[in-house]
Amino acid sequence: MNNPYLPYPVRIESIVTETEDHNQKTFKLVFLRPEDEAKFVYMPGQFAELSVAGVGEVPIGIATSPTEKGFISFTVNKVGKVTSHLHNMEEGEIMGVRGPMGNSFPWDVLEGKNVVIIGGGFAFTTLRSSIVYMLHPENRSRFGDITVVYGARSPGLLLYKEELAAWERREDIRMHITVDATTDPNWKYNVGFVPAVTKEKAPSADNSYAIICGPPIMIKFTLPVLTELGFPPERIISSLEMRMKCGIGICGRCNIGTEYVCKDGPVFTLAQLSRLPNEY
Amino acid sequence: MSEIYIAKDKFPSVLGQLMGKCPVFGPVLQGKFHEFGRLERPEDVDLGYGNTRLSPKALFHPQAEKMFDFSLSKGDPEAGILKETPKDFRPRVILGIRPCDARAFQLDDRNFDTDSVRDPWWVRRRETTTLVGLACNTPGSTCFCTSVGTGPFDKTGLDVLMVDVGEGYLFQASTKKGEEFLAGLSAGEAVSGSVAEKADALKKGAEGSMGTQFSVDAIVQNPTLDLFNAAFWDEVQFSCINCGTCTFVCPTCWCFDIQDEVYQEKGSRIRLWDSCMFPLFTFHGSGHNPRSQKLQRVRQRFMHKLKYYPEKYKGGVACVGCGRCVRQCPVNIDIRHVARLMSASCVCPT
Repeated sequence: MNNPYLPYPVRIESIVTETEDHNQKTFKLVFLRPEDEAKFVYMPGQFAELSVAGVGEVPIGIATSPTEKGFISFTVNKVGKVTSHLHNMEEGEIMGVRGPMGNSFPWDVLEGKNVVIIGGGFAFTTLRSSIVYMLHPENRSRFGDITVVYGARSPGLLLYKEELAAWERREDIRMHITVDATTDPNWKYNVGFVPAVTKEKAPSADNSYAIICGPPIMIKFTLPVLTELGFPPERIISSLEMRMKCGIGICGRCNIGTEYVCKDGPVFTLAQLSRLPNEY
Repeated sequence: MSEIYIAKDKFPSVLGQLMGKCPVFGPVLQGKFHEFGRLERPEDVDLGYGNTRLSPKALFHPQAEKMFDFSLSKGDPEAGILKETPKDFRPRVILGIRPCDARAFQLDDRNFDTDSVRDPWWVRRRETTTLVGLACNTPGSTCFCTSVGTGPFDKTGLDVLMVDVGEGYLFQASTKKGEEFLAGLSAGEAVSGSVAEKADALKKGAEGSMGTQFSVDAIVQNPTLDLFNAAFWDEVQFSCINCGTCTFVCPTCWCFDIQDEVYQEKGSRIRLWDSCMFPLFTFHGSGHNPRSQKLQRVRQRFMHKLKYYPEKYKGGVACVGCGRCVRQCPVNIDIRHVARLMSASCVCPT
């Protein structure tokens, strides 16, 4: 019997510090056994448990897209026991990955639609995965317009800066990068909070789905903007975080009403969330 | 399905021979309380018991269990790679378990053994265990199994049901495993008409003494959000001290934590019973806690058992009426009272 609690051993191929506060690092991981890599079949929006023997596990969204072969990446915010330990690990060290877990963004539903991606701060990891996935030459024609609103408190806190710049130069994706404030005279993008920038850029709700991930305060003030733009709750998609242990719907702690965030989520539409107890 | 009768004076030798073939677990008096334990001698088992203090869930889902072992030794090429901890999965018998507790394992199966994911340890222990239950001739004052879809003589979760008919035991097999168990016993007589009649009368008497104490159907019909937002939770939670006793003694509380323990250069990943009564259960690394308040945690326990579970699995409630939480709650919170509040036709919002 397959043991769903047993992590696949992986080697840390590289570690990149993403943000000026050094709190976000991206870990590029390579499977030690090719058969494990073959089993790790995922879609953007899913997550995995990162495992460090002797320290524990932590659930983190997968930042790479399945179109990127040979490795998987996770951008880890330094918060607690396991993430702090991860931040002190070095390239070449062995750790574990368990997954993929949870549902993904609803790619079968999104096909043929315009996709509006709204992200804030370090919650941009599975959104990065989604953008890379949709921009892949094999996939780009399957989606309509792609619009991205991505904000951070300051330019130095944006993730994936080089990729953001590359996407800015492309014709087939509309980028609206913003920061809350900056003293940088060379800053050439937007200044303002994500809800305000979303309102100003006013992406059309016509045949569109919105995927929104970010801090609760950003989501709280962006949802009315999306409603005003004409997005119904069925077409507003978000991804939730919750304390998890098993990641496979067994250990019992991540439920919101009947739903386990780890297995039935983490991706829910606003319409689905409105039917659940407000306990997240 | 077959049935046999074994006189009580012959039972110890039958049990002794069974114990020679496979490990047998049963209710054993430990200090002031009965608990399930491995029988070393036939006389260890006490079938005159009411029920054990803890549920027998630990036989399938131990309170603390090693999942994996690993080395952290610098020179070891396998350092940091988890290896499954070897375990004993020999066939075994659990004797004298109450029908409610056996039924609880089936409710727990829906969590541990699903179409998409199977808990390997739970599943293997379930597969290799024969459950020989003991009918309750005199249900306790805190028992309410008949209100939640099981009963003092319920065979649903058992392979064999034993009935204490005075001078001996009636054994009734209800599964293939149960048939094999009866066939393997070294003694056994045909069941006489008087024994069958006596068992029947005991069953009727036990069931009749309990009645229905609340309506599960009424709870299922009340909308989830109405129940979630009901005013009565404030009353229910008032006296709770979040000790977690109810969850630890409950046969359908399966929640667990996973922790790594390290000693020198070796370590293990361990799973341990956890409880929704504890604030840390849902405490995020960020400091956010979706169930930071006592009311939220108390509500979660009852809503999970009586509302979320039946809604998710389209079956009965996740409670078998064993009454352990009622008996052992230090502040006298009674799930039967809460169930009656939840089954009221009009649930007042806060």
